[in-house]
Amino acid sequence: MKNKILDQSRRRFLTTAATVVGGFGAATATVPFVSNMSPSAKTKAIGAPVEVDISKLKPGERMIEKWQGKPVWILRRTSEMLSDISSLSDEVSDPQSDNSAQPDYAKNEFRALKEEFLVVIGICTHLGCSPSFVLKGDGDSISNDWMGGFFCPCHGSRFDLAGRVFKGVPAPYNLVIPPYKFISETRLLIGDDKEIG
Amino acid sequence: MSKSKGTLISNLVDFRDWIDARFPLSRIWNEHLANYYAPKNFNFWYFFGAFAILVLGIQVVTGIWLTMNYKPSAEEAFASVEYIMRDTEWGWLIRYMHSTGASAFFIVIYLHMFRALLYGSYKKPRELLWLSGMALYLLLMGEAFFGYLLPWGQMSYWGAQVIISLFGALPIIGDDLSLWIRGDFVVSDVTLNRFFALHVIAFPLLILGLVGFHILALHEVGSNNPDGIEIKKNKDADGVPIDGIPFHPYYTVKDLMGAVVFLIFFFAVVFFTPEMKIPGTQGLFLESANFVQANPLQTPEHIAPVWYFTPFYAILRAVPSQLGGVIAMGLAVNLFLLLPWLDRSPVRSSRYRGRNYRIALTLFVVSFLILGWLGLQVVTPVYTWMARFFTIVYFLFFFLMPFYTALDKDKRVPDRVTS
Amino acid sequence: MTLFKFLTRIILFIFLISSLEVFATSNSKLMHMEVDLSNQQSLQRGAKIFVNYCLSCHSATYMRYNRIGEDLNIKDDILKENLIFSGDKIGDVMSIAMKSEDAINFFGVTPPDLSVIARSRGPDWLYTYLHTFYVDDSRPFGVNNLAYKDTAMPHVLWELQGAQQLIQSGKNVTVHYKPTYKNSLELVSSGLQSEKEYDKTIRDLVNYLVYMGEPIKLKRKKIGIWVIFYLSILLIITYMLKKEYWRDIH
Repeated sequence: MKNKILDQSRRRFLTTAATVVGGFGAATATVPFVSNMSPSAKTKAIGAPVEVDISKLKPGERMIEKWQGKPVWILRRTSEMLSDISSLSDEVSDPQSDNSAQPDYAKNEFRALKEEFLVVIGICTHLGCSPSFVLKGDGDSISNDWMGGFFCPCHGSRFDLAGRVFKGVPAPYNLVIPPYKFISETRLLIGDDKEIG
Repeated sequence: MSKSKGTLISNLVDFRDWIDARFPLSRIWNEHLANYYAPKNFNFWYFFGAFAILVLGIQVVTGIWLTMNYKPSAEEAFASVEYIMRDTEWGWLIRYMHSTGASAFFIVIYLHMFRALLYGSYKKPRELLWLSGMALYLLLMGEAFFGYLLPWGQMSYWGAQVIISLFGALPIIGDDLSLWIRGDFVVSDVTLNRFFALHVIAFPLLILGLVGFHILALHEVGSNNPDGIEIKKNKDADGVPIDGIPFHPYYTVKDLMGAVVFLIFFFAVVFFTPEMKIPGTQGLFLESANFVQANPLQTPEHIAPVWYFTPFYAILRAVPSQLGGVIAMGLAVNLFLLLPWLDRSPVRSSRYRGRNYRIALTLFVVSFLILGWLGLQVVTPVYTWMARFFTIVYFLFFFLMPFYTALDKDKRVPDRVTS
Repeated sequence: MTLFKFLTRIILFIFLISSLEVFATSNSKLMHMEVDLSNQQSLQRGAKIFVNYCLSCHSATYMRYNRIGEDLNIKDDILKENLIFSGDKIGDVMSIAMKSEDAINFFGVTPPDLSVIARSRGPDWLYTYLHTFYVDDSRPFGVNNLAYKDTAMPHVLWELQGAQQLIQSGKNVTVHYKPTYKNSLELVSSGLQSEKEYDKTIRDLVNYLVYMGEPIKLKRKKIGIWVIFYLSILLIITYMLKKEYWRDIH
């Protein structure tokens, strides 16, 4: 310890340099670990768009498909159902879906590409439960003038047959509409809405 | 120092004081780093303790991430490893770091142990330090053995089969013991599942706890050094060892530099030859036969344990009796435990020891390396005789130690460390 | 040792270990081939041969079609048209329709999955195996193999290579693992490809199999160079830092 006069600035510079360069390396080293936890190729393959045959779906019926592990409902609406939806515009909180999630082509009153078919992700926008489909006439316990729609058993949120949320329930937004397109009259592709090449 | 109000530094000091009033943070820092005095003459061999902690950290972190995607079942294990290697992002890197880390751990530990033999670090008053280190080594062997079954390849399977059968060679309890270890009549899904539990939680906990013990024991007695001199014997007026320097910052910056060197070698293997394909082997770190899924009906043509077990495996094969081989192998691993009491020399460091110990240590290291090489080879009569010869040399190092160390003509040990 | 010397040694070390694989594969008992993963066209051709000739009996259940597309620069529609015959989707793994029991009835064994075959067998073995089928009437499919005696596999590439016969003279007889493979076989009827073309076909296929065994191998070393480069810079800084502090001691 003879040399008491130390070059403090050099020491400080090298310490800073080592911290910065080392810190950069440490930060970079977290990248593989963080991205390792994102969906794998397998998960993505399973979550790939699904093709659905809707030729057997009768008017007024609903079918459930799985896309990305989530339930997707396909409801073939009758003209009565459609007029019921129109009559509810004052009772739902976001009738034109201005604050809800859907592709542009489904941002309309019926929230659909073709009015007849509702394609919607069956997960409540409140806390993620899957609501039940309750037809007109079966919903006395839900409300007196139930016009048909979806009722979430977890916290009582209600949606109409276009997936629009009613006023005064805990769910904040309308049900989410996934991207989809018609490959033909009777075949639907859920998860992909790019132009057919 | 006058407190200027509101500056960041003074806030930090306040915060530190707040913690110190509740938890001995500064005291731990001082006792183990800033005021922990280490001999100033550490050389190359003194890097490996720090490296071992670094590899342990790498293994723990990569291990946690592998566990996120690995499936411990005979049906799915092999496929889940390939899933990690291909389908998850960067999974290949994490897996290669873990597999390379296993071998790196043993390289580091063997060199760390060699350092102790070279400078007599196991001698009084460091017996507990040595014993805890040996216990860590045994735990590490177990940890590596359990982990090696998990990829569920042919080598995994048959390696586990052979090593578990070693216990079957013990008289009376043998068969029941190996059945108990496997939990099945052969190595199976049941075995894999319990090895997974032991590998990812039981042994890591034990190892981490014992590492804490090891470091506390070290800091209680203080580090040995290449001269084997007790630096606490020469203290200045303040009670600070004259030949000692504070661990922080001197050895923290030195170990930091060492760690970077280590990482360069480590990642060179990870990125350029993760299998460690040395000519004449089927891959030292990842064997080609382990890329075939375990098949309980067919043993691969050539099976050998991973390189870090091969010295003991060669000893096992060298003894022409099943029970004898198992006992010899067990002894070969555990004799290290007795070193503090077998060594009768008053001198620690081989620098000042006589010819006897230096020759004995050289012969021991040579036989260890040759046995390690032999353990990888297919048995031939010549190799068997070589293995027998070097097995004898290996054991004589221990058995004759009380005699050759007592008779050794040691040199005079200087009073102060040399630099 | 100076830092400069040390760094040059590290570079030497890396050079040494990366050349290990080249030596390791030169097993004198087998015919040797240089694997070339940088040749993308060869890998593409190999992929096509693989799906055409191998993928009906052998699966590759850890390999996804779209990964091949990504790594080998094949567009989705071309991939679908040229490589996917089974009606599989682009993100699916290369599985086969053949059931294990049917395969056992037909071949006596289940053809192994080929995803990691290049990692367990090594490229030289595959190269030799695919070259050394020869006519042997005592076998169920009329062929035997020099690298894998009594193989259960028929010579699928027969129409390309033609038929080979064992030369029944001197010591070059049916010995397993002979160093003189090529000399022990002669072509008795030619196939669609010349010997040179067939050799190229096999090289493409083996290149592809090596790639499929470890898809990241295409990029691994490139990433490694950056990591080592970064660590070298960090080493210079930490070395200077250490020297600076240790001036106190010396």
